[in-house]
Amino acid sequence: MRKRSNLGALALKEERAFYLFISPWIIGFVIFTAGPLVGSLILSFTSYNMASLPRFIGINNYKELIYDPLVRRSLLITTYYTILSVPLGMILALALAVVLNQRLPALGVYRTIFYLPSIVPAVASALLWQWLLNPEFGIVNYFLYKFFGIRGPQWFYSESWVIPSLALMSLWGVGNWIVIYLASLQGVPTTLYEAARIDGASSWTMFFKITLPVISPTLLFTLVTGIISAFQVFTQVYVITGGMGGPNYSSHVLTLYIYRTGFKEYRMGYASSMAWILFLIVLVLSLIILKSSKKWVYYEVEQ
Amino acid sequence: MSREWISPYKQEKKLKDITRVTATIIATVLAFFIIFPIIWMFSTSLKGQFDVMSIPPQLIPSPPHWENFHDALTFLPFNLFFKNSVIYSILSVFGELLSCSLVAFGFARLRARHKDTLFLLMLSTMMLPYQVTMIPQYILFNYLRWIDSYKPLIVPTFFGSAYLIFMLRQFYSTIPKEMDEAAMLDGCSYLRIWWNIVLPLSKSALVAVAIFSFMWHWNDYLGPLLYLNSEDKLTVSLGLSRFTASYGGTPWNLLMAASLVFVIPPVVLFFLFQRVFIQGVVISGIKG
Repeated sequence: MRKRSNLGALALKEERAFYLFISPWIIGFVIFTAGPLVGSLILSFTSYNMASLPRFIGINNYKELIYDPLVRRSLLITTYYTILSVPLGMILALALAVVLNQRLPALGVYRTIFYLPSIVPAVASALLWQWLLNPEFGIVNYFLYKFFGIRGPQWFYSESWVIPSLALMSLWGVGNWIVIYLASLQGVPTTLYEAARIDGASSWTMFFKITLPVISPTLLFTLVTGIISAFQVFTQVYVITGGMGGPNYSSHVLTLYIYRTGFKEYRMGYASSMAWILFLIVLVLSLIILKSSKKWVYYEVEQ
Repeated sequence: MSREWISPYKQEKKLKDITRVTATIIATVLAFFIIFPIIWMFSTSLKGQFDVMSIPPQLIPSPPHWENFHDALTFLPFNLFFKNSVIYSILSVFGELLSCSLVAFGFARLRARHKDTLFLLMLSTMMLPYQVTMIPQYILFNYLRWIDSYKPLIVPTFFGSAYLIFMLRQFYSTIPKEMDEAAMLDGCSYLRIWWNIVLPLSKSALVAVAIFSFMWHWNDYLGPLLYLNSEDKLTVSLGLSRFTASYGGTPWNLLMAASLVFVIPPVVLFFLFQRVFIQGVVISGIKG
């Protein structure tokens, strides 16, 4: 019980404590996020090689971007990878979560197995898949030939297969989403299913009319975070293609171009303008999805 | 009627059993596909140089070449890389535990103007691609002459990470606030409340944060790639990716042996703290 006269002083004391407690984040935000964000925007209007001072060149970097065929190619490749890996990953994860949600015996064991690949560090899984999908000695092509009589593709060494191979690899690590979907599915009230069953609804109807709407906020979350991280795919591509984005630039994702421009050619200004384009694309995509989500995401509580 | 009469109840039970059996079969088949690459990694790591390429491939290497692990780890100074990765990860865990637990306490327990705005601002930084801030950060660290040291990788961890702050804040919010108020009446400072009341009650959340932090830094590739050059400073992830290049052809058996050793610490942590870990994934996936 506080005395009325003390309330103002106490609230002020609490506020001061609040800012003290969060001060590490505020300082970090200014130095490592906000500052660099403004910095890269400014740099994107300059020519800077780290040896001499940045030179202001107006919108020349952005003009160059538009006419740079490799930028267009990198953007297309990044988009292709995102379109392949995110929806397929969501569908696969949801299907597996639904399967696991059938009150399986030893559910924990299955969940552990499905989650395990998400624990494997990106570099290790890149090397592992490079070996599995080795065109000559890889086990995958051996099985394809032995059981189906198919001569397997060149996978990471083929211009047309390298992105699908990377997407396939990303599906292996979909365990994170399985765990999230499973938790979300377990939160669907069983009374809804019971009521629907009395009305004679089929399993499919129940899935589309009950399950999907109820878990739609989770689907939205994975869709947005999935797109954001797919647009930033780097490590796997860098390790598998030796930093080249090959063969013949067919896995040359935008982040790789940014890295090469900035840290191999030391064109910091041009690299910054690319980074800003990446940022704007991710931002606009996220906003569009969030905006459209009002139509397809179901919220139990009106906000 | 020629057909035997089955009660609706039994019919439904039968249907449920069929569903469950089908689900178990599908799950088992898929589990096999998912676990197989890891088995294959292990199998390859024990093969001799020429057995790796044998057709048909052998699943169980005979004889097992345990010396591969020794060879793989001594070919490059992997012992050193491991030491580097361990030190880097542990210092980062320490930094993130300290900073995130303080910041999360502020966001979860204290009232202030603009708190919600700041919290939203923090959440929105999670959407910011690293590539946007990477270049000015590099220029800053270069100016400080921190390149080719662990400082650019470790120092920022002492200023919190949005994702982990969010996780901890969700957890702190579940601790009854009456405890703070009682302690306040006893004249406890906020720092004491944080240390003596909130921290001891959130051990499992702190463990989750520590594990997530450890794994993130253990796996990190782009950060070390940007800032570390000298061979004696490499992390395991960098060392592994240079393995192929230094060897000429790819010695898959040795590469898989080294990768396997690299995978072991996160996997062991995962098995030890599975429950906490899964909780953490769920908390971060279902936003409050």
